[in-house]
Amino acid sequence: MDHTAGKPVDARVLEAMMPFFDRQYGNPSSLHSWGNAVRKAMEEARTKVIFLIGAKRSEEVFFTSGGTESNNIAIKGVAYRNKDRGNHIVTTAIEHMSVINPCKALMKEGFTATFVPVDKYGTVDNNALENAITDKTVLVSVMYANGEIGTIQPIKEIGEIAHRKGALFHVDAVAACGQVPIDVEKEGVDLMSISSNDMYGPRGAGALYVKTGTRIQPIIQGGGQERGLRSGTENIPALVGFGKAAEIVSVEMQAEAERLIRVRDRLIKGLLDAVPSSFLNGHPTQRLPNNASVRFSFIEGESLILSLDMLGIACSSGSACTSKTLEPSHVLLAIGLKHEEAHGSLLFTLGKQNNEEDVDYVVKALPDIVKRLRSISPLTPKELRS
Amino acid sequence: MYSEKVMEHFRNPHNMGEIPDADGVGTVGNPVCGDLMTIYIKVKDDKLEDVKFKTFGCGAAIATSSMITDLAKGKTLDEAMKISRGDVAENLGGLPPVKMHCSNLAADGLHAAIQDYLKKKGASK
Repeated sequence: MDHTAGKPVDARVLEAMMPFFDRQYGNPSSLHSWGNAVRKAMEEARTKVIFLIGAKRSEEVFFTSGGTESNNIAIKGVAYRNKDRGNHIVTTAIEHMSVINPCKALMKEGFTATFVPVDKYGTVDNNALENAITDKTVLVSVMYANGEIGTIQPIKEIGEIAHRKGALFHVDAVAACGQVPIDVEKEGVDLMSISSNDMYGPRGAGALYVKTGTRIQPIIQGGGQERGLRSGTENIPALVGFGKAAEIVSVEMQAEAERLIRVRDRLIKGLLDAVPSSFLNGHPTQRLPNNASVRFSFIEGESLILSLDMLGIACSSGSACTSKTLEPSHVLLAIGLKHEEAHGSLLFTLGKQNNEEDVDYVVKALPDIVKRLRSISPLTPKELRS
Repeated sequence: MYSEKVMEHFRNPHNMGEIPDADGVGTVGNPVCGDLMTIYIKVKDDKLEDVKFKTFGCGAAIATSSMITDLAKGKTLDEAMKISRGDVAENLGGLPPVKMHCSNLAADGLHAAIQDYLKKKGASK
């Protein structure tokens, strides 16, 4: 139940990819027929991605190596290209590191950035966002949904605010795309990042949607692939797989989302009912179908993960002890949790393989684990000691 | 990531609990960092007759707490003061480098408990 960390490639996707490793290995830039056939496959993949996100023109989708690269191109590419108009970026306190860190890098080069706060559910404060936009603001970047706490943002409203104030609007939809229906045109999005693995495609593929007329420049220079915005020989098998994955989710997303919501809510309710002093992180209803983020007071997440792993259950934590930086998740701190509360968070991200039976197994196993760790912890109040 | 020895102590920690009439108590760490440890000692004839712990923290924090109680029990106070963080880690078959600093607090906890005992003893003389 750790699908945010990685999803298996769908068997149909894998099958679609196979010919492009050793049989159709042509370079799409070549003029001969081997190149042409591969170029055609790549453009078909692009069409499938365009259809998934509600775009209209094939020139608006640029293939990249994944979500991180798409976010970097969007943030830096727009900032550099629009230097003549302003040097300010508005984003939020709960963005993915592939948005936050490019902003911080730009701040060392004379740009400025404002990280708008969120409320206790992780929903962006639209007033604060509007007030943060100045006449120097060139870009507003807000994630569609947060992968750690599941909260979905009011994207259309935020886009309207950004445009009213004359800024471009970028959306990091990596966590959301494939789980919730997205329409870049109806929702007023200028740039949007998506990734292949998050929809059961292979890793190493993603895309950046750039609305026609948007001022942006490349951050990787080279042979001019992807109409100059992202040079480098195309990773054809991955892009074909990405296209197939996009085609599959376009058809299956709605039914799968309905199923996941049922399984998710069974997990959340089961855990909150079975464990005293447990709480849901993120928004109760405006949340990703696959996300159950729950915190348990007085204990620490890594101990929980190790204990669950012994029973064959895989999930993540917001605890410092499970991160590379030894800091608890910035997202959990941004929704107002204290450090010790953030440490006790568990993140279950469900996928196609998970069902009610899995959830019932977790709900049965976790209370005893929590009880044991609380009996070891000096922070546990008397009434919860067993 | 952890050695089998660490996992063994995490699964079945030794000497977990409080000593209500402890002669010395030492608390180290901070819940903000994700690790908080309390060590309780009972002293008789200058020796550690009993050592127990309570810990909030990761697998390494719990395992090192358990290990320190094993290493310290039966030792004289002088001997116990010489047990180092390195000794704890070594007896656990090593710890991941990132855990050496943040979670390997048990030796400090033991030393704090002994100092608490010595302070109380000095005060009662």
